[in-house]
Amino acid sequence: MDLLEVKDLHVSYGLSKILHGVSLSVKPGELVSLIGRNGVGKSTTMRGIMGLTAPKSGSILWKGQEILGRKPHVNAKDGIGFVPEDRRIFSGLSVAENLDVARLPVREGREAWDEERVFSFFPDLKRFEDRKGGLLSGGQQQMLTLGRTLMGNPELLLLDEPSEGLAPLIVADIAEKIRELKAAGLSIILAEQNLDFVLSLSDRCYVLEKGAVVYSGTAQELSDNHEVQDKYLHI
Amino acid sequence: MFSNPTFMFIQVMNSFALGMNLFIIAAGLTLIFGVLRVVNFAHGAFYMVGAYVLMTTTNLIGNTTTGFFVGVAAAALVMGVVAFFIERFLLSHLYDKEHLLQLLFTFALVLIFKDAVKMIWGPLQHSISYPPAFKGAVNLRISYYPAYMLFLSVVGPVLAIGLWLALEKTRWGRLIRAARLDREMLNALGTDVKLVFSAVFVFGSMLAAMGGALAAPRIAVDPGMDGLIIIDCFIIVIIGGLGSLWGSFVGALILSSLTVFGTLIFNEWEIVLVYIMMLAVLLIRPWGLFGHADEERH
Ligand SMILES: Nc1ncnc2c1ncn2[C@@H]1O[C@H](COP(=O)(O)OP(=O)(O)OP(=O)(O)O)[C@@H](O)[C@H]1O
Ligand SMILES: [Mg+2]
Repeated sequence: MDLLEVKDLHVSYGLSKILHGVSLSVKPGELVSLIGRNGVGKSTTMRGIMGLTAPKSGSILWKGQEILGRKPHVNAKDGIGFVPEDRRIFSGLSVAENLDVARLPVREGREAWDEERVFSFFPDLKRFEDRKGGLLSGGQQQMLTLGRTLMGNPELLLLDEPSEGLAPLIVADIAEKIRELKAAGLSIILAEQNLDFVLSLSDRCYVLEKGAVVYSGTAQELSDNHEVQDKYLHI
Repeated sequence: MFSNPTFMFIQVMNSFALGMNLFIIAAGLTLIFGVLRVVNFAHGAFYMVGAYVLMTTTNLIGNTTTGFFVGVAAAALVMGVVAFFIERFLLSHLYDKEHLLQLLFTFALVLIFKDAVKMIWGPLQHSISYPPAFKGAVNLRISYYPAYMLFLSVVGPVLAIGLWLALEKTRWGRLIRAARLDREMLNALGTDVKLVFSAVFVFGSMLAAMGGALAAPRIAVDPGMDGLIIIDCFIIVIIGGLGSLWGSFVGALILSSLTVFGTLIFNEWEIVLVYIMMLAVLLIRPWGLFGHADEERH
């Protein structure tokens, strides 16, 4: 059974329709990517799944159960973790406090995330434990926002453009961390514009264009399909 | 008169005690605004309810010191319950609406509470006696000083430090600070932000009622008492910075000092001093002494 199955999702911001029937699925342990240029609706898809922007219609099955219209905090407690594209660190809270406010009880059969585990996963953060989140560098903030969501012990991670605005070395670092999380059994939906980053990590890819899925296939298939790449991904 | 050290000492003490009473009330207003982004015009009405509940309680169980403290607790409790229902069934439906609607709503509360108070307690003025334990004056060496004012001077800082510790060192405090910065993100991380809003509104309203109960022995209790205090509160948060705890602490002390000393110099024109101060702050730091230009993200 799919862990998450999204069918025909329609999302609008006010009067402007953004998603026109997006469908996708994620199996347990799978890393699936949403890829597409600026403004095609990657973030909106994630906000819709999380319940941050209520979808107009469609269906979101989480472990077979319909969760369309559910509030974000209920989804978080049920194992869906959201890592926003602009990181949204609580700037006035210290690193440790940022982690603490995101703590949720662990579901059975998993190793719980706590501050210690986050710090051993991201050793760089440990040194800045008491520093205000707003004073961290971009790379540190990306680690913190990821670590913060992990504190909720998610089963599925909605990871929105983790490579955005970061130096190549740090992007490689983040990619390695994502690989480790996947290896530990976490399911991940990754939204990205960076094709190389996506192809190196994903099992399957969905290419979005103007609020709809225009192509889906394995990472290998997309890598070989230059026609789709030229049409939807290259600038 | 300014060269008389005993007289000056008493004025300074008065400024502090009055400031602390104001702080308790303004802290509630600033806390509510910081999290809910709602300017609650009815905060003064909540303060008034506190004073009346204290009066009723001491009438019921007698004007003893215990009766007084039970009255203060009852004031906070009654207002807390009322605030809970106001938030849950009315105000919470307005968070996504425009600010004007929220202002109109809290203004409507002012009118409703005024009439309710008149219906329950009548239009007349009441005076409430000091709790017996704090009736007299205490010898402070320099001069004797009213015990009740001294009591207020202790309660204020204790409450300020308690609030600050609660905000900085407890998980609830951290959640409140996070909700102030980015409520949507906090929601996505698994916190029911509505619950935080509800708790903050209830607690802030309880501070108003507690401040009213504590003020009751020093002032005349009547159905018009809400108007003056809400203006004072607004002046305090404009000077100190809306949303800042220490801002309301310092703002309250500035307002009370200007009032006490201004009255000595200008008689009833002391309010001019206050407005000049407010104007100066607005010109130099429009977001108040302790406020931030815009710390909210969403
Ligand atoms: N809050 C909003 N209100 C109105 N329109 C919005 C809002 N957020 C996004 N949009 C619009 O919705 C469309 C899709 O945006 P979205 O953020 O989902 O794209 P994206 O694929 O994540 O792009 P990016 O790569 O830039 O992050 C864009 O045209 C954008 O302008
Ligand atoms: Mg995006």
